[in-house]
Amino acid sequence: MARKVGKMSPFNITALALGMAFLYLPIVILIIYSFNASRLVTVWGGWSLRWYYEFFNDRAMLDAAWMSLRVAAVSATIATLLGTLAAVGLVRGERFRGRSLFSGMLYAPLVMPEVISGLSLLLLFVALNAERGFWTVTIAHTTLTICFVTVVVQSRLASIDRSLEEAAMDLGCDAVHAFLSVTLPLIIPAIAAGWMLAFTLSLDDVVIASFTTGPGSATLPIRIYSEVRLGVKPEINAICTMVIALIAVVIVIASLASKLSSSQGESAAPL
Amino acid sequence: MSGRRIFAQPARYAAIAPYLWMVLFFLVPFGFVLKISLSQTAIAQPPYVPVFDFTEGWAAIQAAFAQLSLDNFRLLVSDSLYISSYLRSLVVAVTSTLILLLIGYPIAYGMARLPQRWQAIAMMLVIIPFWTSFLIRIYAWINILQHDGLLNKVLLALHLVSTPVVWLSTDTAMYIGIVYSYLPFMILPLYATLAKMDPSLLEAASDLGASPGRAFWLVTFPLSLPGVGAGALLCFIPIVGEFVIPDLLAGSGSMMIGQTLWLEFFTNKDWPVAAAAAVALLVLLVPPLLLYDRLQRRQLEGAN
Repeated sequence: MARKVGKMSPFNITALALGMAFLYLPIVILIIYSFNASRLVTVWGGWSLRWYYEFFNDRAMLDAAWMSLRVAAVSATIATLLGTLAAVGLVRGERFRGRSLFSGMLYAPLVMPEVISGLSLLLLFVALNAERGFWTVTIAHTTLTICFVTVVVQSRLASIDRSLEEAAMDLGCDAVHAFLSVTLPLIIPAIAAGWMLAFTLSLDDVVIASFTTGPGSATLPIRIYSEVRLGVKPEINAICTMVIALIAVVIVIASLASKLSSSQGESAAPL
Repeated sequence: MSGRRIFAQPARYAAIAPYLWMVLFFLVPFGFVLKISLSQTAIAQPPYVPVFDFTEGWAAIQAAFAQLSLDNFRLLVSDSLYISSYLRSLVVAVTSTLILLLIGYPIAYGMARLPQRWQAIAMMLVIIPFWTSFLIRIYAWINILQHDGLLNKVLLALHLVSTPVVWLSTDTAMYIGIVYSYLPFMILPLYATLAKMDPSLLEAASDLGASPGRAFWLVTFPLSLPGVGAGALLCFIPIVGEFVIPDLLAGSGSMMIGQTLWLEFFTNKDWPVAAAAAVALLVLLVPPLLLYDRLQRRQLEGAN
């Protein structure tokens, strides 16, 4: 190991340091300015929580935040159920008809431009005559996050020794029971990490939500987006800092979950 | 064993619910996009001509097909707005991917040379921004790049410029935003291939008299090409359809195809043309998607 440290050249160290600074400085600056007392975003007027108060008195923003949290929680839950089932089907199911079409559909949203996904779902909802609002956004976010859950759960499931389940079956369990009592507890951390990933992705989306939501049910990112187009406002700094804080909590829990998961077996994929 | 086979069957049925969900909410919607892209141009709300009426049977479907029109696609090729936004999307995506490679490679290379324990931490640090809101990270740059923002303040204080530079609403700002947002997507696949590399290959090269630079070019770089390809495609594909970053950071001059589609849909309310633009964008993305799929498959086979 010491030999490897010795091989780090000044060039390596500079590249790493600059790279990390580039990734983190903008966020740090944003957080600091959210505590700025001045109305002007660029002038430092001392520390203050003023813009946080402002947010908690802004009815429209609060409604949007509540809408976003509900959509994220519900869509992440459905996506986790479906994504876990998909992972079980892909890893444990024998070859079934249309398997490649299935995995193709699952992974396509990973790379598909959001404008196309948003447009196509809207056209479906219009054709179905569905009223646009909470449920249409929730369905859209579920569809786009299933694949992330599947990727996480699939890699964990593939690393689990199947003979454990077979042993349970030799002791008299049926296949479903053996899966629920032996394998499921082992993959729970991966399932939790998948849920949290789906939750944060839903909380972040502007484009697909814009296509699939109806009047009067804007999500927080849609609100932030329309404000940001008009210019920088200190209240937005405060809202963004709170979203970052929420996501930071989620990341900590998720990384603890995946640490738990990998300490029980081989290392799980980080994403 | 054969008894177990039968019991193993339930796993297959697990896929039914997600399968049906994806068909209904992913595959079927593309059918609608295709159908509407072929309907007649109408600046109005639906229904669009032709409307399918399945109750009237095969004859009605045939009649509907006879009415399908390629007018929307003809408009795409004839209107310079669409051609220029396709070209701009390609130029922006190629340029950004090259910049991302230039910046991402040294970072991934540095990460791969860290001691094992530090590698995990560095990887976590690269992944965290991927979790943090995309929109918020773009917004953070607006704070920095605006007229009296931090960047201009620093430049003025260092006497590098005498008057504030206009950063916002320029292509420079857009490239900064894109590179910033997609950097993790570039670093991770590069790091994955660089970290897997056998260090004894480099030792062999130096034993045979190669300088470190020469060893890098002759050994490390060629072996990292699968990672370069995967990272480049992983960035290139979504950047082509990017909407949020150019909309917030670039000027109002020329648009990328994602913006044109958005404008056509929300401002001009011409759904058929927007749908045709979406179909054309998908067609544009098919070759890089197939290439990416092939690369991934080869990587998986190599790993096994």
